[in-house]
Amino acid sequence: MFNIQNWFDDINDGNIVIAYKGEITSELISDYLELVESKLDGKNVNPKIRRKVYNVLVECLQNLYHHLDIIAINGDSNIKGKYAAFAVEETESGFKISTGNFVKKSKIGILEEKLERVNTLSKDDLKALYKKVLNNHEFSEKGGGGLGMIDIAKRTGSKLDYRFYDFNNEYSFYSLNINVFN
Amino acid sequence: MEPISIEGTPKTPTVNFSADTGKIEIKGRSIPENSIEFYKPLVDWLEQYSSGPYQLTEVNVQLEYFNTSSSKCILDVFKKLESIYKSGNEVVINWYYEEDDEDMLEAGEDYQSIIKIPFKMIEIEE
Repeated sequence: MFNIQNWFDDINDGNIVIAYKGEITSELISDYLELVESKLDGKNVNPKIRRKVYNVLVECLQNLYHHLDIIAINGDSNIKGKYAAFAVEETESGFKISTGNFVKKSKIGILEEKLERVNTLSKDDLKALYKKVLNNHEFSEKGGGGLGMIDIAKRTGSKLDYRFYDFNNEYSFYSLNINVFN
Repeated sequence: MEPISIEGTPKTPTVNFSADTGKIEIKGRSIPENSIEFYKPLVDWLEQYSSGPYQLTEVNVQLEYFNTSSSKCILDVFKKLESIYKSGNEVVINWYYEEDDEDMLEAGEDYQSIIKIPFKMIEIEE
């Protein structure tokens, strides 16, 4: 059975820049973006990589903020509201950004389809798709434009490494890792 | 027409729009969770400005970061400017990017390919 603490211990391992689990609010996102920025400044990271990590983290955290499913688990008062977890780790080859949140099982199909589509596209195709979606006049009520994942894949040049863990009858836990290579 | 003058925050840019000088400036960071809320007044201002624009509208965009939700709103701003240009007024967009920020240059080029207004890509040294 999937255990969030184990999952979090796994991502919160190695050379951690930031790690958090709990409720996601706009203020929390601001605080962690500021924190990651000052930590990366202190590490003397190449500005190009620093900007990519920051941009990817902005998209990841705002994706969590806009799209995660609110869950309440009987008997576990720690998991409530807009619950999610994330971490940024410095690796030998760059940085790894990890996020995890609950999604309703009924939504997995459409989400997986989107992720797979992005993963199969070449750099040029991603650029073309980005421009097409940018210019399609659609905007969700939540303010997201469906561009987040395309933007991340385009900037990093790496595949979206995702997984859905079975949690209970209604929810799965959606885990996403993104590598920014030096 | 009243100018727009908004001071930047860690998530929203500094904005200066003046109908008297035709200068339009967006500078800093644009990473709010809800960008429509921030950009709607700017697009509305341009709509009103388009009825009697200054002979040359000079647009300076100098962004350090912007999120994907802002990218659509910035396109809306550019589309309003495009309609001003298409009605026979001069408009120029100066797109600033830091010297090694290829992603920001590419973002400017993406807009340039969608919007039919003269763009100038201007590199700034760090």
